[in-house]
This record gives sequence, C-alpha cells and structure tokens, in this order.
Amino acid sequence: MQEDVIFRGGDRTLTAEICCEIDHHTARRMRELIDRELFLKKPEILTLDFSSVSFMDSSGMGLVLGRCSLAEQIGCSVRLVGLSDRLMKLVRLCGVEKVKNLTVIK
Amino acid sequence: MKKIINEMKLRLPARSVNEAVARSVISSFCAELAPSVEELGDLRCAVSEAVTNCIVHAYRGRGDDERCYIYISARLYDTREITVEISDNGCGIENVELARAPSFTTGESGERCGMGFLVMESFTDSLCVKSRVGKGTSVLMRKKLKP
Repeated sequence: MQEDVIFRGGDRTLTAEICCEIDHHTARRMRELIDRELFLKKPEILTLDFSSVSFMDSSGMGLVLGRCSLAEQIGCSVRLVGLSDRLMKLVRLCGVEKVKNLTVIK
Repeated sequence: MKKIINEMKLRLPARSVNEAVARSVISSFCAELAPSVEELGDLRCAVSEAVTNCIVHAYRGRGDDERCYIYISARLYDTREITVEISDNGCGIENVELARAPSFTTGESGERCGMGFLVMESFTDSLCVKSRVGKGTSVLMRKKLKP
C-alpha cells in the first residue's frame, strides 16, 4: 500500500511529501505521522511537499497551521512547496502566508 | 423559466470517510454539464467543507449508535447551473453571521482554520445558510458553469 506521507532528509531539513487527498478524514492521520517525525528529527526546516496532492480543502490549511505552531516550539520554520494553482487558490484565500515561520515557495 | 435536467438525493451517516464519498458523487453527478477542471475543483472543495462542518460541528460529541445523517440533494438546470443543498439534524448554529466570519471556529484548537464557510462562499456563486439551534443546519450552494 502506498504511504500517505513520504519523509526525506533528517537533521537540518526534513521533507514530508504528502501523497493523498487532504480532507478532515485524512488530515488526522497525516498530522500524527508528521508530528512524530518532527519531534524525532527536530529539523531546522520542515518542507511540506504538495506536488502529489490531488485534492485539498480547508482541513489542509488547518494541518499546515497546526504544524507551524508546533514547529515554532522547536525553533523550526515551515516551507510549502509543490502547490498547484488550485491549491494556491486555497492558500491565498485562507491567508496562511501571513504566518511568521511559514514560507510559501511557488 | 429554467428547467431541472437532473436531480439526486443522498443520505450518508456522519462519518468522516464520507467526505470523499460526497465529493465523488457530486463530481459524477455534474459530469453531464462537463464543468471545467477549475469549476469541478471548486465544487468538490465546497461540498467537502459543508460535509465536514456536519461531522465536526453539527454532530460533535454524538455517539456512533445515534442516527446522525447528512442529507445531500443536488440539481442540474438547463441554464448550466448546479445547486447543492447539504443539511443535518445536528446542534444548529447560534449566530450564523458570526460562524460565517473568516477564522471563526469552535473546533479543535490549532487544527481547524475556521475557513469552511469562506471557502464555500468563494468557490460558488451563492451560499445560503439556514440554521436553528437544536434542530439543524442547511447550506444551499449555487454554482453557474461557464458556457
């Protein structure tokens, strides 16, 4: 079975590639997977890669905001990469670009 | 006078796995009007938000044995319009205006961004929310597809 989240890197930068649709149902499991890895590796930068995400609703934005506040506690900043135009529309609408330890890379 | 060309009704238990079911059904249902990828994406997202609201808010704290259902009814019109109504018999919303305000949420702290209604509103052409405390909530979304 395909993993929901594939992790790469470790010490300084950790990349989490999300590989499924993100809604309230799937976000719960992804949150657990990412948080576990985040606390295990304590990276300086957490990159969330959305290039394999075919669907996302505002639960995905909740997932991002939640990870940002957690990352902040361990001095880690968050980067979002691989956002399609579709997903960017949601990112802009929800205004997550304003979060201080978050960078959206287009 | 616009004419209904197709209609459907669907009742789903308020289980989070049904968020994906609901948006798949709506995608298939409106395929007849051949919406663009963008229009379909908007609609799928709006439906997902409404169904999530039923599960996360309307039926919050209700046990599995209770009958918590989400009712979805959709219509296609010959004017290339789609309407989707999503309703529940949940707790209702005390102040709809406040609930619709961006960033307002009573959900799990830090994990819900309070953008559900804003997404529904932005991704459709109109959104009408009716709610009665203790009775339930209904959202009616309308989207007009490009010719």
